[in-house]
Amino acid sequence: MTAPAIDLRDVSLAFDRPVLRDVSLAVVTGETVAVLGESGTGKSTLLRLVLGLLAPDAGDVRVQDRSVPAMTPSEKRELRRGIGMVFQQAALFDSLTVFENVAFALREHRALDERDLTHRVQEALALVDLDAARVASLLPAQLSGGMRKRVGVARAIANRPAILLYDEPTAGLDPLTTETVVELIARLARELHVTSLVVSHDVRAMLRTADRIALLHEGRFAFIGAPDAMRGSDEPYTRTFLAAA
Amino acid sequence: MRRTIQSVLLTLQDVVILGWRALRGWHGGRGGGARLLAQLDVIGVQSLPIVLLTGLFTGMVLALQASVQLAPFGATLFVGRFVAASMLRELGPVLSGIMVAGRVGAGIAAELGAMRVTEQVDAIETLGADPVRLLVVPRVVAAAIAVPLLALLADVAGLLGATVISAAWLGVPARTFWQAAADQVRADGILWGVLPADLVQGLVKPFVFGILLTLLACHHGLSATGGTAGVGVATTRAVVSASIVILVADYFLTQLLLGLV
Repeated sequence: MTAPAIDLRDVSLAFDRPVLRDVSLAVVTGETVAVLGESGTGKSTLLRLVLGLLAPDAGDVRVQDRSVPAMTPSEKRELRRGIGMVFQQAALFDSLTVFENVAFALREHRALDERDLTHRVQEALALVDLDAARVASLLPAQLSGGMRKRVGVARAIANRPAILLYDEPTAGLDPLTTETVVELIARLARELHVTSLVVSHDVRAMLRTADRIALLHEGRFAFIGAPDAMRGSDEPYTRTFLAAA
Repeated sequence: MRRTIQSVLLTLQDVVILGWRALRGWHGGRGGGARLLAQLDVIGVQSLPIVLLTGLFTGMVLALQASVQLAPFGATLFVGRFVAASMLRELGPVLSGIMVAGRVGAGIAAELGAMRVTEQVDAIETLGADPVRLLVVPRVVAAAIAVPLLALLADVAGLLGATVISAAWLGVPARTFWQAAADQVRADGILWGVLPADLVQGLVKPFVFGILLTLLACHHGLSATGGTAGVGVATTRAVVSASIVILVADYFLTQLLLGLV
């Protein structure tokens, strides 16, 4: 049996108060799992644990069967090259053009000549339905919210990662752009065969997109299962959460 | 008081760790040369007008003050000695350091702080790159190169300003002024037959100041939290701490260098 792509084992973490308490979640290769929950429940913290930007107080975080907290800084950098991260506000480098943003990881880690690099950037932009000829030379400040988000996705996939992490990918977007981004998440999972972990508070969008849903409440998962199972769940908090959505 | 001391010690520890990480990635990696050149422009070339102006007027004031002190003894001919010793050893390095801390330190803290609160620093890390190598190293190396050169140019501007004031107000010819300045430099000692001791102090100090002020600015910027207000706090802390550290470091460096050269 192959190991899960992402495996959180009895993870606990506290800052000035407990954030995660004995949380376990395994995401198998190629699966899309959405972590839902109220604001401030530690959803984004999970992504930071997977990336090794935070270390758990207890438990283990394993990515592709390797313990992330046990890695050295250079091993963590190596790990992150295989993971794409899409930030809530895109976090594009505002002094760099769209082209340079998307090319960032390729320039850092791969000795590509300028022609191959341009091809890879165009390919990544095409995957998120952006015309390289039109947007490549623009600065992030010249883009709309939806375009920024898509450039953020293009930057995350340019290095062809095996795992994609999304932090609130639809936050602050209008309904039509939200739909585009949700379709994009599903399409990338399908076409690139990536494992996706999506942190969101957009219940309806995630029920349509994710293979499984994990609902975080007071530092623990109140529910983990398929969207249909969530709709039919008797678990009190899950019912309350779905009713509020 | 106890919390303040604790906070200062923690900052010191963080800055030392940042310095160590910067030292380990000093080569800058791929694209490091371009990043260094860009920072040399921002820290060095763009600071030139403000540093020259500071040096010029400091030299002019020194000449006036020297005349007040020396005139009762009929020694205004020695004004060049007074200005040269003050500018080369102390005022050139310290004032250049403080001016760069104000202009560049604030800019670095604001830029890195904005990058931190908009998750751009996290983005660098998640893309498998090292923010210290990309953001800190080019700034520290550029300051270590640029601040000594700026201090040297501030010295020259100060001496030129003092020359003009000496000639126009004190009746000391430019040639006499520069002769006195050269005598002072020789009197302070020449190392290995070629290197004036004044110049060694005047270059070693701003080299250290440049490293300290950029490390502090980078540390405060990268530690910014809490949105735009946090960036403002980081910027203020960067300038205040760098200015204080430059003055404190100046004392210890002076004591050290006086013992060595």
